[in-house]
Amino acid sequence: MSLELIELSVSRGGVALFAPLSLQVAAGDVVTVMGPSGVGKSTLLDGIGGHLAHGFSQAGRVLVQGRDVTALPAEARRIGLMFQDALLFPHLSVGDNLAFGLPAAIKGRAVRRAAVEAALAQAGLEGMYARDPATLSGGQKARAALMRALVADPLALLLDEPFSKLDAGLRSEMRRFLFGHLRARGIATLMVTHDPEDAAEAGGMVVDL
Amino acid sequence: MSRSRGAVLGIVLLGLIAPIAVGLAETARAAFGVLPALGLWEWSLEPWRMLLAQPGFGTSLRLSLVTGLGSTVISLALAVGFCAAAPGRMRWLAPFLAVPHAAMAVGLAFVLAPSGWIARALAPVMGWVQPPDVASVHDGWGLALMLGLVVKELPFLLLVMASGLSQLPVARQIAVGRAMGYGPGVAWIKLILPQLWPLIRLPVWVVLAYGLSVVDMAIILGPSNPPTLAVAVLRWFNAADVAMILPASVGALLQAGLVVGSILALWGAEGLLRVVGRWWLRRGGRGVSWAPGLHMARLGVWALMGLAAVALASLLVWSLTWRWSYPMLWPEGWSDRIWMSAVWAKALINTLILAGVTVGLSMALAVFWLEAEEGLPRAPWAEALIYLPLLMPQIGFLYGLNVVFLRAGLSGGYLAVIWAQALFVFPYVMIALSEPWRAMDARLLRVGAAVGAGRWQRLIALRLPMLLRPILTAAAIGVAVSVAQYLPTLFLGAGRIATLTTEAVTLSSGSDRRVIGVYASLQAALPFAAYGLAALIPAWWHRNRRDLRGGGV
Repeated sequence: MSLELIELSVSRGGVALFAPLSLQVAAGDVVTVMGPSGVGKSTLLDGIGGHLAHGFSQAGRVLVQGRDVTALPAEARRIGLMFQDALLFPHLSVGDNLAFGLPAAIKGRAVRRAAVEAALAQAGLEGMYARDPATLSGGQKARAALMRALVADPLALLLDEPFSKLDAGLRSEMRRFLFGHLRARGIATLMVTHDPEDAAEAGGMVVDL
Repeated sequence: MSRSRGAVLGIVLLGLIAPIAVGLAETARAAFGVLPALGLWEWSLEPWRMLLAQPGFGTSLRLSLVTGLGSTVISLALAVGFCAAAPGRMRWLAPFLAVPHAAMAVGLAFVLAPSGWIARALAPVMGWVQPPDVASVHDGWGLALMLGLVVKELPFLLLVMASGLSQLPVARQIAVGRAMGYGPGVAWIKLILPQLWPLIRLPVWVVLAYGLSVVDMAIILGPSNPPTLAVAVLRWFNAADVAMILPASVGALLQAGLVVGSILALWGAEGLLRVVGRWWLRRGGRGVSWAPGLHMARLGVWALMGLAAVALASLLVWSLTWRWSYPMLWPEGWSDRIWMSAVWAKALINTLILAGVTVGLSMALAVFWLEAEEGLPRAPWAEALIYLPLLMPQIGFLYGLNVVFLRAGLSGGYLAVIWAQALFVFPYVMIALSEPWRAMDARLLRVGAAVGAGRWQRLIALRLPMLLRPILTAAAIGVAVSVAQYLPTLFLGAGRIATLTTEAVTLSSGSDRRVIGVYASLQAALPFAAYGLAALIPAWWHRNRRDLRGGGV
């Protein structure tokens, strides 16, 4: 499961936001993109994931496991996405947030329920299927959001400053949890951050944008 | 994506703008003597001569200008004073906004009339045994009409201002102003009002256009002989002598011109005030002496809303009255006779059908529009067009539109009335829904796409349920607008589709107050019920979802 960018650039109104970027992320690796705020780190992730808003145009290619996904809409790329906010869907229970992410190919009420319960258990959220996401702690929300991304079975994952809203103690715990899961599953991950500690903990290549 | 947006714009243009243009064109043709239905094919100025020869035409014109401009200026001044004196929550005003104009007018007439509650309360003091011989309703100056308009427009302006104020850092800027020695009220007027005005300009124009061309409220409260221009035009259109359609068309055009001219004048006044205001600001007066004036505005708003509450209560009291002789303050006998007779059932059912279908269609179109613009630049010109039906006087194009519908064989049916009502329901629904829709955190939808949810699934499973509260609020506003429609129902229904509003207005001229009370109570109750459901359903649905209980995402 690898992610490859070939000469990827995003421009707005004819002005390129950053120099064309080429890089490869091997399965289970976490590549970190660093740079000051406003340089277009989040826009880069939007381009890779297929979320660019109107007014932005993109050149270059995005390959997932060797397959060119550049022309596909976001929902067909199988590239997961996590932000600094957990962004759990506020109208769904914690378990249903995960069920929303679970591929439809997994059929049967009991089977799907069991898959969600298993994912909740991995995140230390046993018995919280019916909970209102608003009642979770910050760390619990972050873990639920990761599980929602993972149950969708992504081939690659994009992290947009995933730890910047967590307090210091929680941050290192969450880093271990997140990177552990990503390595274990062999998901190619691209992270943007401006915290050098994130990059150090990720242990992969660091690209300056 | 741009194709679906093209489709939406096409529907809006054809469905909303074309009828207005076509209606205006038909009216304009008749105004210059071309009325094929009467065998008139020659262009002429005869209709204009006929109009000028109408007795009371000049008075009608003056009355429209005075009541329309007067009520707008008074409500605006009171609203500004109220906000400057006591910025705060305005949700208590929503019920007064929800009540249809006609129901409020009937209630006010019950309270203000020589035999109304006020006169009854004064009777012991003044020694009145008979209702005093004062024209406190239908007065020749249009004062009762102005009062009615102010009572109805004030909550609208206050709520619009509250919504605008929520986008400005009011408290901090007032604090800065006060630290420099400005009184809080003057700091508000000098610092906040200039920033607020661009956000409320269009709603103020809508209020002005409405006040200048209102028909239902003018029939119930306004002078009757001669009436305001819009009512006079309606009478001419409905006159037994069909030739009166010619001057009526001229009057309808003039009415449109009156609105356009008044809006331009207001725009000019705005420019002038900007210059004067800057001069005033630079003088640096601390304006501490303003406090009493602002306090008066606040009292005025409270008094008017108190009057509105009494007016609404009087609807219900009258509807349940058996016997209530003058000068008793309270009915001597009660009866649910008219409620039980269910004479109102047909009108209620018609009203519910029309509201259901128009609001359903308008909501679907609004959702379609907002969804189609996702990921595309906004189209300000299209958004401005949505306001057109609210700025255009109804009497200006509805007659012409009916002519076109007649030719197409559509007039007099539900379809025509639904279409005509949707012209006014859609803009309000769109205005109410677009802000919360665009304010939703787009990253939630990106997360949805990243786990594989397609466009429809994102809309149905994520966006709509998250926006349940604003969606139902917009629908409730739509119901209130639909229920209140008088002229569109009357014209396009060819008088054959009776709703609570058309019945209430028709009955208001001299019918049994108990019967009018029932119709007007029902008319007021429907929007209340809609607003109630719009609050209760999301509260129940999201009862275990803390982040959605506050409202909006």
